[in-house]
Amino acid sequence: MPEGKGPVGNGTRDPGLQPERTRLAWRRTTLACAVAASLAGRQTLASGIGPIPLLGLALTVLAWLTFLGLAHRRIRTLYVPRPPALSPRAAVVAVACVLAMAVFGSATLH
Amino acid sequence: MTGPRPPRSGLAAVRLWFAPERLREEGHTPDYRFSLANERTFLAWLRTAMALVGGGFAVDQFLTDTTRPLRLALSLVLLAGGALCALRAINHWIRCERAMRRGEDLPSSRFPVALALAVGVVALGMVLVVAFGWGV
Repeated sequence: MPEGKGPVGNGTRDPGLQPERTRLAWRRTTLACAVAASLAGRQTLASGIGPIPLLGLALTVLAWLTFLGLAHRRIRTLYVPRPPALSPRAAVVAVACVLAMAVFGSATLH
Repeated sequence: MTGPRPPRSGLAAVRLWFAPERLREEGHTPDYRFSLANERTFLAWLRTAMALVGGGFAVDQFLTDTTRPLRLALSLVLLAGGALCALRAINHWIRCERAMRRGEDLPSSRFPVALALAVGVVALGMVLVVAFGWGV
């Protein structure tokens, strides 16, 4: 990989800080995902403790952990001077985590 | 550009979700900064989707004074909106990525307007329910 050969800047660092901004975007999306997962988890347990609510809670936590792992892996690939684009597969997994939370939570609406 | 060029339909975009190598066959790799900007836009839409999903749960858990059908309807509208927003996020991301690879104009979309209007209507309904006690 050619280093520091970007159209702008003199070193390996993009003056527009694009990789940094993208890393932070993944971080705050993970945070938003944690908030949504907390509400979804609270939702599953609102009807009492039982096998079905606990299964819903486990799936919600799993969805959040999947997103956390995905964000972590993506962030690690952004530390090179010319990071590769996000793979469609990773994007599909990220969307699947959001959809999973919506589905598990809506199954336990009161 | 050589090779088969898939039709510019939504279905072709959906097929691209699961075939990253097909995306890389198209055109040439754009400046990485454009791809990263597209990725951040995708993430911003994903956060919007998460906020809607979280809002759907919040309505069901905290708007307990309302009647059950109204609460359920508001929750389901928000949850469905969140799911739709997430699906649209990836579809728009892949279409932008493909347009950049082919050197075409970025796709235009009516979705932001539709979402803004829908959120406005839901917010107005919320105000009527919470502040004026409609449907309580």
